[in-house]
Amino acid sequence: MRYVRPSSLEDAVGLLIEASGKAAVLAGGSDLLVRMKSGFIEPELIIDIKAIDALNNIVENDEGFVIGAAVPSAVLGEHAALKRAWPGVVEGANLIGSKQVQGRCTIVGNLCNASPAADSVPALVAAGAKAVIRGPTGSRTTAVETVPVGPGRTSLAPGEIIQAILLDKRQPYSGDAYQRFTPRTEMDIAVVSAAVNLTLDDQGVVASARVSLGAAAPTVLLVEEAAAILIGSRVDDSTLDRLAETCSGACRPIDDKRGTVEFRRKVAGVLAKRVALIAYQRAGQK
Amino acid sequence: MAGIAVSTTINGDNAEYLCHADETLLDVLRDRLGLMGVKEGCGTGDCGACSIILDDRLVCSCLVLGAEAEGRRIETVEGMAQGDKLHPLQQKFLEHAALQCGICTPGFLIAAKDLLAKNPNPTEEEIRFGLAGNLCRCTGYDKIVRAVQDAASVMRGA
Repeated sequence: MRYVRPSSLEDAVGLLIEASGKAAVLAGGSDLLVRMKSGFIEPELIIDIKAIDALNNIVENDEGFVIGAAVPSAVLGEHAALKRAWPGVVEGANLIGSKQVQGRCTIVGNLCNASPAADSVPALVAAGAKAVIRGPTGSRTTAVETVPVGPGRTSLAPGEIIQAILLDKRQPYSGDAYQRFTPRTEMDIAVVSAAVNLTLDDQGVVASARVSLGAAAPTVLLVEEAAAILIGSRVDDSTLDRLAETCSGACRPIDDKRGTVEFRRKVAGVLAKRVALIAYQRAGQK
Repeated sequence: MAGIAVSTTINGDNAEYLCHADETLLDVLRDRLGLMGVKEGCGTGDCGACSIILDDRLVCSCLVLGAEAEGRRIETVEGMAQGDKLHPLQQKFLEHAALQCGICTPGFLIAAKDLLAKNPNPTEEEIRFGLAGNLCRCTGYDKIVRAVQDAASVMRGA
């Protein structure tokens, strides 16, 4: 096995193509090194992208935020402006693993690992985040929810690397939130999770919304019919009940040792209600 | 196979080593540099026994490649005591009997050092969350939490 540390994205893409499927991209390594140790993958080449300067920063510009692919989750949690604009995204990213893992893990890695239970992904989907992808033929931008296509599988073409995640500039009266259910309070994997992102009009009525569920299907779910229930409401009790029912119905979960289908369906609805209320409260404060 | 030449800083001293591409920093520290304070518990980032501080960030050295340490700063438990004088955290772990078998202790000490550097006056809850990435199968954690609280108050006064 070889280890390389290219200093440009072009070089990284070139190396990735050259290795024709036998290379792995290393950012935080909190999934990659575990997979290598378990013998699940045996790459011939490790491409460490942390020496590519642009990938190590969070940039705030007129359009919003650009979060580089090598930025660890801990840095997201320390970024005051990002936390203020997208608290749900940051709380999802900060739920991945321990303090130790936070110092290494990245939201792009979380997305590319393509676990249905990835903690940062539902909030990114609810936020309408986009992935900027560099490949052999140039750059493209895609909605985050199009990246995972099944457990452990992504839509990335050979030679493609996600270089950054884009989050829009925040409109006034907006809020987002993410919660998951785990048996322990920390260091655990979501049994099921939910994220809501919404924007209110100046009367306090929901003008736009996005709802997503994690660990409820083979990939993260964007539940448009649940968002439609929130739009036009003031997130009152009857709206929340219908939201919960719709989210429970949208789940296509598995039965496993961490939770049954029935349990996951029920809790998806409960969490959707809770995060909708938190997002609504956060939106009202802006 | 030729090794990768790495130049780094460990506990304030320059260090150079050769390692293989697939060698973790944990293995380098123990097997090549003789720093036995980093322990391998799980090897998958779950137990925290191999915790180190890498450029001011607490990380599991089992989830870092040795090659990645090029040009960076590493702190391990071996750098905590000043000569014969124990770090306040080490002293308080002894006084509170915050260890039994001791395997998890270096990781707890480094994680607690990182915690107190960022938050000199943590609540009990903040300590428990801050140290959630370190597993101890002996003490039940209460003594560790009390030792960290006591060390924090000593360090604030010092």
